Amino acid sequence: MIDKRVATLAEAVADVADGATVLVGGFGNSGVPVELVHALLEQGARDLTVVTNNAGSGETDIAALIREHRVRRIICSYPRSAGSVWFEQFWRAGEIELELVPQGTLSERMRAAGAGLGGFFTPTGADSLLAEGKEVRVLDGRRQVFERPLPADVALIKADRADRWGNLVYRTAARNFGPTMATAAALTVVQVRQFVELGELDPEAVVTPGIFVDRVVEVAP
Amino acid sequence: MVRPLSPTDVARRVARDIPDGSYVNLGIGLPTLVADVVGPDKEIVYHSENGILGMGPAPAAGEEDSELINAGKQPVTLLPGGSFFHHTDAFVMMRGGHLDVSVLGAFQVSETGDLANWATDEAALPPAVGGAMDLAVGARRVLVVTTHTTRDGRPKLLSRCTYPLTAAAVVDRVYTDLAVLDVGPEGFVVREVAPGVTPDGLQAVTGAPLRFAPDLAVVHPD
Repeated sequence: MIDKRVATLAEAVADVADGATVLVGGFGNSGVPVELVHALLEQGARDLTVVTNNAGSGETDIAALIREHRVRRIICSYPRSAGSVWFEQFWRAGEIELELVPQGTLSERMRAAGAGLGGFFTPTGADSLLAEGKEVRVLDGRRQVFERPLPADVALIKADRADRWGNLVYRTAARNFGPTMATAAALTVVQVRQFVELGELDPEAVVTPGIFVDRVVEVAP
Repeated sequence: MVRPLSPTDVARRVARDIPDGSYVNLGIGLPTLVADVVGPDKEIVYHSENGILGMGPAPAAGEEDSELINAGKQPVTLLPGGSFFHHTDAFVMMRGGHLDVSVLGAFQVSETGDLANWATDEAALPPAVGGAMDLAVGARRVLVVTTHTTRDGRPKLLSRCTYPLTAAAVVDRVYTDLAVLDVGPEGFVVREVAPGVTPDGLQAVTGAPLRFAPDLAVVHPD
């Protein structure tokens, strides 16, 4: 019997180790697994590498992880936002490392990890500072930079509904990085609004098949 | 007397160059104005990097959905026929050449079409790039909307960009408050100028040699 449902947020993130690389879904405030990140904060794992599009804002989720000195390194495309106060303070003080990655390259590096590829050449950023130290080749008449996969120990993502096999459907633009991140981590943990019975999700509409998912936890809105 | 175009007039002029049926991504800032002025005679499908095609205007007050947002993190709507997809597919559309038009803002554009729109020489702020580099390399046509000079009067159109590049040799056309310029093998070619703008006057506020089209016209926004 397969049952990926867990009862509590604490149980969902119980074994995240110090030093882990953690993918966190979301774009701005859309699709951020806020409750799972708060559970990780309570769990206490430190020295984390966090991979996410933005570096958090205000006092919640990723901003709170940074504030509480849990994040050694952040890999993201756009750390600045109106409320990214904690990230900016730690960055200025040299207390957090930043690896800046173009957004499409960030997503594709995770896809490559999930797809078992050794990397890829992309024209994105090939003529920019972000290609420094990387192999650049002219392919099909264009300069392209070699980018490596970005695998992780854990992915924390948010979806709308899940069944006990871990099949997922999402809601509007909250889908964003979730489906790709789910493929790229050794342990994929998902918070959903609602559990449904096996067979209740339209198989034509399942976005993330359960093979990519390890744990699901229900968080009532 | 020089009468610079208003941001809305520039947006109107850009809109005229976007064919009916196009798939379009509008960058954050000035480019977003384009969606407000495209006429009802055209069916344009707007793309957002966070996984939306068929993006519609801002919702009425009180109808916002905090998860349905655009690249600028502002609430939007989905039009009939619209779709949601994940980030990797959103960037497949961008990088893979599936978008017809990308309209971008710029700090600087060079006469060879180099674009600098993600970083300045300001070291006090952490760097941030988002989807700028993917948008610049992927779309079939890359249009830039910008003021002709910086707030303190320095040219933004240059022989070479001094700010870090977003991408090299990607810009097709530039729309400023003073002119419409094509970027090609001959450098900047001015197609249209704002009312009252003279060739000498335009050259004086541009950091690269300008050529002027034989049929140089005054911009008509509509």
